Amino acid sequence: MTEKLTHTPGMAPARGPRELIFELGSPESRCVEAAPLDVPLTSVDEMLGGYGRKVAPVLPNVTELEIMRHYTHLASMNFGVDSGMYPLGSCTMKYNPRINEDACRLPGFAGLHPYQPEETAQGALELMVGLSDALAEISGLPGVSLQPAAGAHGELSTLMVFRAAHTAKGDPRKKVIIPDTAHGTNPASVTMCGYEAITIPSNEQGGVDLDALKAALDTDVAAFMLTNPNTVGLFDENILAITEAVHAVGAYAYCDGANLNAILGKARPGDMGFDGMHINLHKTFSTPHGGGGPGSGPICVSDELAPFLPGPLPVEFEDGSFGLGWPESTIGRVRAGYGNFGVMVRAYAYVIALGAEGLTEVAEQAVLSANYLKVRLQGTFDVPYGPTCMHEFVMSGGKQKRESGVRTLDMAKRLLDFGFHPPTIYFPHLVDEAMMIEPTETEPLEALDAFVAVMIRIAAEAASDPELVKGSPYSTPVRRLDEAGAARNPDLRWNPSTGE
Amino acid sequence: MLRAVGVAISDDLFDVIPKAVRLEGGLNLPQGLTEIELDSQLRALADSNEPATSLVSFLGAGCYDHYIPSVVDHVISKPEFFTAYTPYQPEVSQGTLQSIYEYQSMICALTGMDVSNASMYDGATALVEGALMAARVTKRHRVLCSPTVHPEWQNTLVTYADAGTLEIADYPAVEGGLTSLPDVAAQLASGDIAALVVQSPNFFGGLEDLGELARLAHEAGALLVVASNPILLGILEPPASFGADIVVGEGQALGNPMSYGGPGLGFFACRSAHVRQMPGRVVGRTTDVDGNGAFVLTLATREQHIRREKATSNICSNHALNALAASVYLAAVGQNGLAGIARASVAKAHYLRDALLATGKFTSPWETSFGYEFTLAYEGDVAAMHTAMLDHGFLAGVSVADVEAEWPTGLDSALAEHLVVFAVTEKRTRPEMDAFAQEVASL
Repeated sequence: MTEKLTHTPGMAPARGPRELIFELGSPESRCVEAAPLDVPLTSVDEMLGGYGRKVAPVLPNVTELEIMRHYTHLASMNFGVDSGMYPLGSCTMKYNPRINEDACRLPGFAGLHPYQPEETAQGALELMVGLSDALAEISGLPGVSLQPAAGAHGELSTLMVFRAAHTAKGDPRKKVIIPDTAHGTNPASVTMCGYEAITIPSNEQGGVDLDALKAALDTDVAAFMLTNPNTVGLFDENILAITEAVHAVGAYAYCDGANLNAILGKARPGDMGFDGMHINLHKTFSTPHGGGGPGSGPICVSDELAPFLPGPLPVEFEDGSFGLGWPESTIGRVRAGYGNFGVMVRAYAYVIALGAEGLTEVAEQAVLSANYLKVRLQGTFDVPYGPTCMHEFVMSGGKQKRESGVRTLDMAKRLLDFGFHPPTIYFPHLVDEAMMIEPTETEPLEALDAFVAVMIRIAAEAASDPELVKGSPYSTPVRRLDEAGAARNPDLRWNPSTGE
Repeated sequence: MLRAVGVAISDDLFDVIPKAVRLEGGLNLPQGLTEIELDSQLRALADSNEPATSLVSFLGAGCYDHYIPSVVDHVISKPEFFTAYTPYQPEVSQGTLQSIYEYQSMICALTGMDVSNASMYDGATALVEGALMAARVTKRHRVLCSPTVHPEWQNTLVTYADAGTLEIADYPAVEGGLTSLPDVAAQLASGDIAALVVQSPNFFGGLEDLGELARLAHEAGALLVVASNPILLGILEPPASFGADIVVGEGQALGNPMSYGGPGLGFFACRSAHVRQMPGRVVGRTTDVDGNGAFVLTLATREQHIRREKATSNICSNHALNALAASVYLAAVGQNGLAGIARASVAKAHYLRDALLATGKFTSPWETSFGYEFTLAYEGDVAAMHTAMLDHGFLAGVSVADVEAEWPTGLDSALAEHLVVFAVTEKRTRPEMDAFAQEVASL
């Protein structure tokens, strides 16, 4: 068992379970309080019209030191891009440049209130116009709304735009077609937009089955949603035939922009015949994922659809000043405010730092790195699709499962012992024991080689000592969890009355 | 790498893209910048703004200038938190997972509800998700929304309703700055309302009679969805005590910068009986194979990556880092500090209201109880007053007429054009408020 590591490289050694923050400190402990009151205060309950609180909420009472130690301990049990390689397919876990973090914290950005007069927010509005223009150029779709808060929100917003456009033509439709490889947010957004989701099978190459698509298309179809490059990392060579078929029945073609990193400066969804798309600023444009968010999911649409975009939108006036305005036939708001402005600042910084050539090099390096990993690993693992992939590829742990009973989940967990975050696993569903690997352009060759070496080693372990892999991970702060128990008996909060 | 892959230049890998859709000539964008140039350009843009935090601001309406303890940004800037993805691999995500569990516990403590999710995009989308969830629970699709709910949130609700499966019932009237209870009762009499959606304190600052609204909603078989202010919940009786079924709100005030309106976070809490209809992620406590306590994303069968078109919501990314900021904020101010901040804000708001009324330039359109936000009618032209006060360094509240331009508030327009909503946080001082009242008086 010397093969087991004591702790995961890139992470601090586990120090056992951590107390909850509620269990720290004492009723007398203080960190930050309001300044001494400089106005009269008689009875709060009276001021609140008798709606004053009878029993105080149970919140922690801790010192600043206790807070820092608590969260430093929690941080040591977390793995981020800064800890090590994070080849999570379709999530584009690239490095988050630090100057972008500094920029969004500048008081001139962070201190702005959404209702302050436009003349006091000219720099912010100029930045939003600049980002909108850049996204229009990159996507090849001229109408941009920065409003949506995340990719799924962008999908839903674009479907709402499609619905409004169909309705304006007096032709409201009922269905949206998606391939069986679509991200789960696609069908969920379809339902939220009041459409029926129609799933069509993929062809043998993992691409769109053009015959199946044509068979499903009729004049009740509002849209077809497609990720291109798709979730197996392939650019669909039939893309023009696909969008043409969609348009032939009067439907719109939607591009899920999760995989935009692969084609920056190389090809544009607008030129492929897509009518609308969302862009994940927290993937392609390097803004951090924050442990699950915040993201930002701007949408880009054709000229025909631009009047329906959600607003308000930043605009540049003829005198060179900036303001906010509403598209003529807007669907309305999809949230409060103007979008996740703090995320936009980071993305804008990324775009202007890289410029036209830099962005194109991102795609080139991302695609080269993915192909490099694919070539190096295809002798050890089954790689069902090829020959050339885009920014990511899918391989299968099927061979290992057949030969030794070691599953992809086991190999993913074993990767943790070596300081790598696992790839996306068991997606797309059409590949048995799928591993979807996206290295991104920011990983150096040394990291790619180290990943290859560890994957090959794990495959060897699977053959020689399957139980070792099946029992992994050994070195992480906690080991495999009882997930079924968590769902059967949900414990979703600390209970102040029992202290548990 | 090129040799291993078998191409001469990396551009060859893009030959799989049909020629007809290849972008020839590259992107029409400027050339890149060095970090020093980038820094200078970004600072120039930031410096051309005059942020609320550098002025004396009485702006609120969902986005508040509360003090942010220094420790908050130090914690959320730890790269293990902000460079991590969604905690799908719990063995290496215990930091994120435990912090979310603690966040959920704090939101439950504030709202009085049984369970909280891991966060949503903002208050507006959390409110819409509340209405959608009520529709699933009651198997009805009509929503009765008070016109005193934040107009931008109403606008958002209607956008979702227009595109989806909800129908918005006729609005009740605004009476004395609050939701008209007789109108609510009359609308609910149809017996097919899924959710009664209210905000308290409402957009105008007034505290609604949640007990009566809950009674009316429940008699009609509807759920009560309440949008609340998380700072005030430190001293305000929690919505759960009045019978709310779903409590939502904008959580920006908890340790997040205003950032021109985003990202903040939407909080969302409900009763445990309805937890399997709840949208969004949720973290639960469990054990690992060695019996150690641990945390994990749970009840995933509600979510889009498992349930696809049958999911309770399409939400995937949420606002985890903002929720972490909210947790650190609540830990930093603590039980006593939160009450102190809320009390100070309320006391100062009442002080400013009295001072403004004393100028003779303002009148009160109604008498409602309020927290730290209130509405007054200005005798003259609100836009001119705003401009004049900005010259003196004051952001003199939110003009209801400006908001009306986007969404009708349901008020008589002759009254609405004079109304201003003022917010006063604990950051404002008595000298600032006295100076403001004095300047307004001299207009």
